Amino acid sequence: MPKLTVDGIEVEVPAGATVLQACEAAGKEIPRFCYHERLSIAGNCRMCLVEVKPGPPKPQASCALPAGEGQEIRTDSEMVRKAREGVMEFLLINHPLDCPICDQGGECDLQDQSVAYGRGASRYDENKRAVTEKYMGPLIKTVMTRCIHCTRCVRFSEEIAGVDEIGALYRGENMQITTYLERAAKHELSANVIDLCPVGALTSRPYAFEARPWELKKTLSIDVSDAVGSNIRIDSRGREALRILPRVNDDVNEEWLSDKARFQVDGLTRRRLDRVWIRKQGKLQQASWEDAFAAIAKVKPGSSIAAVAGDMLDCETMFAAKALLKACGSSLIESRQTGMDYAVSSLSAVNFNSTFAGIETADAILIVGSHVRWEAPLVNVRLRKAAKNGAKIFIVGPEWETTYPATFLGADVSVLSKLPKDVSDALKDAKRPAIILGGAGLAAGAHDAALALAAKFKMVTPEWNGFNVLHMAAARMGALMLGFAQQGGIKDLAAAKPAVLLALGADEVDFSAFEGSLKVYVGHHGDKGAHAADIVLPASAFTEKAGTYVNTEGRVQFADKAVFAPGDAREDWTILRALADALGVTVGFDSFAELQAAMIAEVPALGAEGVVDYGRDLPKGDVKADLGGEIRYPIKDFYLTNPIARASETMQRCSSELLHGVEFAEAAE
Amino acid sequence: MLSRGVHPLMAARHLEPDTPELRARWGSFAWNAENAEKAKEVLARYPAGRQRSAVMPLLDLAQRQVGAETNTQGWLPIPVMEYVAAYLDMPIIRVVEVASFYTMYNLVPVGRYHVQVCGTTPCMLRGSDDIMSACKKRGMHKGHTTDDGLWTLTEVECMGNCASAPMVQINDDNYEDLTVESFDKVLDALARGETPKPGTQLPGRHTVEPVGEPTSLAAMVKENHDYRGEW
Repeated sequence: MPKLTVDGIEVEVPAGATVLQACEAAGKEIPRFCYHERLSIAGNCRMCLVEVKPGPPKPQASCALPAGEGQEIRTDSEMVRKAREGVMEFLLINHPLDCPICDQGGECDLQDQSVAYGRGASRYDENKRAVTEKYMGPLIKTVMTRCIHCTRCVRFSEEIAGVDEIGALYRGENMQITTYLERAAKHELSANVIDLCPVGALTSRPYAFEARPWELKKTLSIDVSDAVGSNIRIDSRGREALRILPRVNDDVNEEWLSDKARFQVDGLTRRRLDRVWIRKQGKLQQASWEDAFAAIAKVKPGSSIAAVAGDMLDCETMFAAKALLKACGSSLIESRQTGMDYAVSSLSAVNFNSTFAGIETADAILIVGSHVRWEAPLVNVRLRKAAKNGAKIFIVGPEWETTYPATFLGADVSVLSKLPKDVSDALKDAKRPAIILGGAGLAAGAHDAALALAAKFKMVTPEWNGFNVLHMAAARMGALMLGFAQQGGIKDLAAAKPAVLLALGADEVDFSAFEGSLKVYVGHHGDKGAHAADIVLPASAFTEKAGTYVNTEGRVQFADKAVFAPGDAREDWTILRALADALGVTVGFDSFAELQAAMIAEVPALGAEGVVDYGRDLPKGDVKADLGGEIRYPIKDFYLTNPIARASETMQRCSSELLHGVEFAEAAE
Repeated sequence: MLSRGVHPLMAARHLEPDTPELRARWGSFAWNAENAEKAKEVLARYPAGRQRSAVMPLLDLAQRQVGAETNTQGWLPIPVMEYVAAYLDMPIIRVVEVASFYTMYNLVPVGRYHVQVCGTTPCMLRGSDDIMSACKKRGMHKGHTTDDGLWTLTEVECMGNCASAPMVQINDDNYEDLTVESFDKVLDALARGETPKPGTQLPGRHTVEPVGEPTSLAAMVKENHDYRGEW
């Protein structure tokens, strides 16, 4: 624990800390471009120079200098001021003066720091260097002349993403950042380099020239494209959400975001349901809210009403639906649209108990039926960290391209009843063994076997819980907490032959099983659910309503409303509230606050942000003799997993270009 | 390249475009029997798990094999770099980074002889401009290969032979103490397929020992001498 002084302020920092970190601990701002907390240290931008005594009589790069006992650091001396001005001047020598047409303008580190630490004017009189454009795919727009060679993007793709595809070619003044042969960056986290780039060299291609940062309203929200519950910021202007950026949350998404979560945003303005539709003679026709409610009331469902919750719903909507059905006298609610029927008597048996931060510390991990890279890209980042720390990783399921060393044990779950010796040895010897059961594993009937393995290898101890289920739906854990699960899954609903089926943003349901029911789709996109529906009630997407979400590790998080829903669309809960009137029942809430209070009264855990404690007792489970079944990953196309993404032109292009190899001609400039 | 509005310096070094013809010619590149042995030996120099460190000697080996196959100094087509990357089980972009950084790896085809004329101050003072003109007289010009495929001319910075300036590096050998005449002789010999004596071209000089009587530290020729009192 070295003690040192920074500008006369004494600080104590952990051993191994750098001088830059010591300066931050003392509350001093150190300008930097290449240094980033989550990446390795490069020390090539030289912006973080400080004066260090004892040491050579020259400024030193604080990001790459270990803090030592008794050092005297100055960040406010004349030497430091001149050094920063000098570095800034050199960086700006080859940087174009195109801030007025640069998308980074207003949120640019180079801009900010040249104002704060640079000279007022340039003395440079020669020609500036120019660099040819580099193609980096449909998401990343490049203007490489602006690049200052901090190499953050190179380090990100190598260290965090684990997909080595960006590099620095040539050297000196000719150094150029590029992907290999200018191919598109092809992984699920590629767009994070846009956030990392401290200048305008890598910017967002879909968002190019859309808005300036100071025009945008910033709303804190939660991503719903997968079950990770990434913390996001929705930037909106007027009625349109223009872009989505990650927020820092070390427990969830650190500061990364998957490309889908980031770029499906343009899907929010396309294929929207913005008016009421009623099917007449097989064709959907425009109608009014009154007509629609009257049509539903005409069926007189009584208690013969069922509700299916979609994958992107907030807890409030689900609770409102549950309250409505309860008032009608029905309990036919289900959230597992695709027909899964795993046991939910213990929520800890269907939860990601290790937590995302915890799984990094696991030392042997058995993944059963999860294409983690596609189902939860940010969990894959954690697994890569675990592997880097020496964890052994085994995967049951069809092979996919991992970003860490992993052993595939075959695609059939029967391998769980007779694990190879090296796998069982690794799990037995591990201090923190873990199992991750994915949706495909649950579908293949591996739930009991996974629980049995957790017991066999003592994965649950007072300090450690290594039993994990990795869901894919943002709504899943919240739905299970609210009881949106029947014993037999959605089959029970179909068997009850309800007069009315409420499909709440549910697009993956096999509607043919509900032939005789009046199918009412309450959702925001004209997707599979609306196509099958008899009545379509336009509702709000996740950006258009406040709500509570529970991610796959049981973490309760709140999202705010960024914009209003288009046209006649309403917030989901108000639709269900109005439907209660139409059906002549009372649900007991008239405002969002009352609804939320009623929900929290029923499930108190939903009232507090943070990880819910589901208890540590897992059902015993057993490895059935007839265990067997091929694992089939449900996600066939990473970019098109939900109605918003399917409506998004950006995601469609990613899908066809990055996954299906369609070539797009570059627009002539 | 200049016509495309690229900075003249950028044009100097670039990858040969990845075309179907290039793939057809080099796609099946693999070590020949002799180099396969050499590659194994190179790999063995590095500790287990650090095989990537062999990328530089292996790129050199690959360049030499390409040279042998094309009767030139050799260069690194993209499929050949990919072969080396696969051989070392490392990402191709990391290989290209190395190959594009070091100027001894040729990224575009070169001629039989790669004439690298040093133009840094000591050589310039000793007449490298004349050497350069001599090259140009033979039809070479900077950054290009002559039509007969014999010569590729590059101007380079200091190669550390200042004591025997001016100097030229041709493939693996240095030719030093050049005059236009002796340089012409070297080139003529190379063109005939002979191997002229590398090193100094000054008659009577062997390496970089003083020519004639020593002019500096003369008092130290016979015995140790303390100059400090004379400063």
